[in-house]
Amino acid sequence: MIKIEGLRKSFGAQPVLRGLDLEIPTGSITVIIGRSGGGKSVFLKHLIGLLRPDGGRVLLDGQEITRLSGKALDAIRRRYGVVFQGGALFDSMRCGDNVAFPLREKVKLPKAEITKRVESALAQVGLEGVSQKYPAEVSGGMRKRVAIARALVTEPEIVFFDEPTRGSTRSS
Amino acid sequence: MSEPALSAVLRPLDLLGEWAISLAASLGRFGTFLSAALAAMVTPPLKFWAFVDRINFIGFRSLLIILLTGGFTGMVLGLQIFFTLSRFGSEAFLGPAVALSLIRELGPVLAALMVTGRAGSALTAELGIMRITEQIDALEVMALSPMRYLVAPSIFAGIITFPLMTAMFDVIGIFGGYLVGVELLGLSPGTYFGEMQTFVDFGDISLGFWKSIAFGVIVTWVCTYKGFHVGHGAEGVARATTQAVVLSSVLILVWDYFIGSVW
Repeated sequence: MIKIEGLRKSFGAQPVLRGLDLEIPTGSITVIIGRSGGGKSVFLKHLIGLLRPDGGRVLLDGQEITRLSGKALDAIRRRYGVVFQGGALFDSMRCGDNVAFPLREKVKLPKAEITKRVESALAQVGLEGVSQKYPAEVSGGMRKRVAIARALVTEPEIVFFDEPTRGSTRSS
Repeated sequence: MSEPALSAVLRPLDLLGEWAISLAASLGRFGTFLSAALAAMVTPPLKFWAFVDRINFIGFRSLLIILLTGGFTGMVLGLQIFFTLSRFGSEAFLGPAVALSLIRELGPVLAALMVTGRAGSALTAELGIMRITEQIDALEVMALSPMRYLVAPSIFAGIITFPLMTAMFDVIGIFGGYLVGVELLGLSPGTYFGEMQTFVDFGDISLGFWKSIAFGVIVTWVCTYKGFHVGHGAEGVARATTQAVVLSSVLILVWDYFIGSVW
């Protein structure tokens, strides 16, 4: 379970999060909807440890993660898969290598197994045959789906999506 | 003294204090960044292919500009020093004068400035774009260290490639001086190289070598730091790139004077 208690964050004089309380139960799908610039991405960045709050805390299964750093924070992040708003694909790598990257670097599987899992992940998001293309050679919606494949390929316990439907068409 | 008047008097002190705190914080972040990068360099696993890629990016792709500037610097030195020495009837010392100028000063400094302009700016822009498109954040949330993947290979590559490029700059520059002094102005080849062997010693080469290593660290450190801490959007990347090139160039010249004066 993810529990958020009194989360506060300001950028200069601009308050973005004003004492946010929330509980996200294990095994649930939780959607947060709000106006543009309302602080949804800022909130997400607190959950994944990219931003530190001015006040309040985030607990994952009872463990406070807002004060963690280094290896302790990495251990938490290994349980995560994250899809960023713009995809955040590595533009120097082909789409297939982007999806394979966490498997090569984090899981250390045999090459054949990685290829199989990458193809399967891309097929799951309806993108067979794009593994040899660079992110710049595919559309915004396809980039987003490659990013989803990358987030899911390690079969993480918790997946965070930041505006997952942005740039996607109804069919995708 | 009334409160507003006191406030007006204290305001400059307040601003000075704010500036000093901000400067100290920036220097602290700058130093911490290098320590983290050095720690990533000396602790396994070394990202070998990222390192090879950076060698190619910083070193190999800068070769043409290094050879061109080295050659023409040597030719200019050959021309100007020949005419200066000929006033004293000492043209025979052209070889050592060109070689010492290049090996001790111009080789390390000009090679570093050229690489800053070509590769350092590109390094900052590349990392800056990775930052604003959340690619660096993506690495972090995969529990992978951006220091290990992006910064340490660049600094390591700088330490390896800068001395090599400086050596090439020196050699091509010496032959540039030879071309002008011997082939165009008629000095004997034996005199050019013979006197050079007499006057240039290991200490001179060693000075150039250590300078180039220091410049390799400075350029890659500054350029990766600026790319990593870029502002918002394309304007932020542009500003960071300019700052990286200017700061690297100034630090190269300051450090050159410092090493030269204590060596």
